[in-house]
Amino acid sequence: MKYETVIGLEVHVELATSSKIFCSCSAHSYGAEPNSHVCPACCGMPGMLPVVNKRVVDYGMKAGMMLGCHINRTTTFDKKSYYYPDLPAAYQTTQWFAPVAVNGLVEIETSKGKKNIRIKQIHMEEDAGKLVHDIREDTTHVDFNRTSVPLIEIVSQPDLSSAEEVEAYLERLKTLLRYARVAECEMAHGTMRCDVNLSVRPEGSDKLGVRAEMKNMNSLEAIKRAIEYETARHIDAIENGTEVLKQETRRWDDIKGKSYAMRTKETAGDYRYFPDPNVMPVVIDDEWFDSIKRSLPEFPEVKRDRYITEYGLGEYDAEQLIKSIALCDCFEDAYAVCKSAKDAANWMISEVMSILNARKMTYDMLDISGKALGELILLVTGSKVGRANAKKILAAMFDDPTIEPTAYAEANGFVMSNDTGKVEAVVKAAVEADPKAVADYKGGKEKALMALFGKCMKELKGNCDPQVLKTILIDYISKV
Amino acid sequence: MNAYAVKKNVSSDKIIVADDMMLTVDMPTTAGSKMLDGYMSLLESEALTRLKAEGYVLGGKADVGEFAIDLLGETSSRGALFADGALKNAAAQIVASGEASAAICLDANGSVRRAAAQSGLISLKPTYGTVSRYGVIPVACSGDTVSILADNTDTCGNIIDVIAGHDAKDGTSLSDELCSKLKKSAEYSPVRRVALLTSMTDGIDADVKAKLDAAVEALTKSGVEVVSVENEIIASARPAWNVLMSAELCNNVSRYDGVKYGYRAQSFNGIDELYTNSRTEAFGDLLKTAIIFGSETLSTENYMKVYDKCLRVRRVIVEEFAKIFGEFDAILMPTCSSLSYTEEQIANNRHLAFEENFYTAPASISGLPAVVAGGVQLVGSAFTERALLTAAKIIAKEGR
Repeated sequence: MKYETVIGLEVHVELATSSKIFCSCSAHSYGAEPNSHVCPACCGMPGMLPVVNKRVVDYGMKAGMMLGCHINRTTTFDKKSYYYPDLPAAYQTTQWFAPVAVNGLVEIETSKGKKNIRIKQIHMEEDAGKLVHDIREDTTHVDFNRTSVPLIEIVSQPDLSSAEEVEAYLERLKTLLRYARVAECEMAHGTMRCDVNLSVRPEGSDKLGVRAEMKNMNSLEAIKRAIEYETARHIDAIENGTEVLKQETRRWDDIKGKSYAMRTKETAGDYRYFPDPNVMPVVIDDEWFDSIKRSLPEFPEVKRDRYITEYGLGEYDAEQLIKSIALCDCFEDAYAVCKSAKDAANWMISEVMSILNARKMTYDMLDISGKALGELILLVTGSKVGRANAKKILAAMFDDPTIEPTAYAEANGFVMSNDTGKVEAVVKAAVEADPKAVADYKGGKEKALMALFGKCMKELKGNCDPQVLKTILIDYISKV
Repeated sequence: MNAYAVKKNVSSDKIIVADDMMLTVDMPTTAGSKMLDGYMSLLESEALTRLKAEGYVLGGKADVGEFAIDLLGETSSRGALFADGALKNAAAQIVASGEASAAICLDANGSVRRAAAQSGLISLKPTYGTVSRYGVIPVACSGDTVSILADNTDTCGNIIDVIAGHDAKDGTSLSDELCSKLKKSAEYSPVRRVALLTSMTDGIDADVKAKLDAAVEALTKSGVEVVSVENEIIASARPAWNVLMSAELCNNVSRYDGVKYGYRAQSFNGIDELYTNSRTEAFGDLLKTAIIFGSETLSTENYMKVYDKCLRVRRVIVEEFAKIFGEFDAILMPTCSSLSYTEEQIANNRHLAFEENFYTAPASISGLPAVVAGGVQLVGSAFTERALLTAAKIIAKEGR
């Protein structure tokens, strides 16, 4: 018999706000000293009250709009109770009754074509802390830096049916949320985490099989392996009766390549949700809603089409640029200054992106000024700075994003000389110093001219229009 | 004495005490529980900070029943306080003795109002949201109100003038514009018509009845019209409040788990036993009863049937109050069934606090202001504190 896998995802994404969801502690503590980003509020001490960070609601709404959701104009926070040492108040403030966004739709594309994945809801909540186990001392330490860092949980409908689709869906979420600048979505940093709900049924059946929820996959590869393993386990159980499937939560062990039962539905705790009386319902009025709507970015596909039709870029170049909103911004700013989309695109793809690759930076980490890049391009096209020196200036801009290309070129002697007298003097000296090269050139060896040209350019520190130098050089040799 | 420390050499009308639900940084705050024995807070309650800024001096901390849900403080880990066979409240004792001019207390389940009624003092429970709850140990956040206990209405008026106001640290704090209605400078229309809520007089003894009659007489004499009104809906506040309070309490005290601070059991095997043993050993019986009850009302099975229903009951009660306030300026009702509780009464009924709050639950569940004077309470619509205090002055027969 043929089977199909039915998958729904619960994706947790850390929102990139500067402070936590209910207090003013910094939300960015990746790699920081344990318990250095905490206060009595996010440590759950009595007497502290939550005050909603409005920016978190902004980001939650933006995420909802990017994923085609309906935004609940009155959204509320609720308490979810459970005991765990990394949860200092023994409850998590989350959204249960009226989440910020519901009923969305995300289009994905795989080798089998396009498909729509329905989003059930997006809710905002606070993260928990981290437990650090010390095997030598046989103790466990708790780090509250991450408690109350804002998260959204994106819950999909069970519309996915393969590891490939899951990958495409996660990539799409990442792209859209990065375009909206609400999240980093980096699984390696823990800023995107994913639980997989999976069941298997005979192909064509409209009845769902027994569901397993898998946790603890820390990379896309782990997610794919877990889906494959779990699908095979379910089919084996159905066909060969190797085990009776139970609705349960399972933990993925990536080293062993296996999943293990954590708890069944019967033994799962009751979270005792109820509305948090300390947080007033958040009412999103038209003004607020519209301001968020206006702040949404162009979707990647819209940008690509505009680059091709409006700017006249080739499809390949446009595809390269829309890989990241940071690339798009830099390109568009550079174009606004240099007025040549082709030049701006060339510089982005052949220079900027290769520096990023060489420095092992993601495209999103680009932080040079697009306006400065446009200025640099103008210096080159206006024959003010040679291309080799322009590349040096660009590299310097990566180290210090405040650099202004024109001022930097002047300060470092990168401005091309229009003083033909100076060029003639350099040519004269070079030719006199190397009569053999002159003879070789006159004897028909083109390479000899290039050697002389190189020497002169070096002497001029690259600050000469190559055409000007070449003309003067040939002219001078012909007279010798 | 039931205060931790009493500072001398300060003019006595500026000495105040705080009950042990108000967090302080120079004295421990225990909530009357073994769980928080010796707990030193990193933050101070906003109400106390504002009072200190106006020259008030915190003379000490008054003992309180475990998490302030009992009658008068009898469930404190330090034991109950009796005088002449009657149960006493620590804060009320300190104020009545003149050692402090007022006490700043948390009214979570009416204990402050009962204390005022039984000690011949005045208490003011202001409108919910007008005094910051920042730095107050949470019990039932939807009703918890920082209240004032004093021996006269003017002191209550002076203190509310200082502590009422918007606080950005409390998400439920109301705007300064609304809070300004509680200030001395605010204009108000005096209480002219009072509804005596007869449905709230069930179970009161002859002494309380006499207090109620005296209050009616005093009001009538000074030209206030008192009319008997029945309202069974408001009288149904108690069971709904017991559900909401217990559920929120259960959630709020779940943070005391023996892991981070407070009491930790000596012997345990694994994290679950650490939680269970610590809480079993440190919490008292009344609190445990409330935790179990509250937890049950929030279970998936009971939430809609019980908790959600009580939220709806709360809304209906608020509407009923509004109807009455359409015709009357204030509502008169008892504060407790009797003017003292004996040792025997308490020993025989461990849940008496959850029955006696029949009289205090209406103002707790609705967040409305209540002033206790002459052993009875006046409940008003939101922001009518000034009018209530003036009417209370008549009931308390304070010199004009």
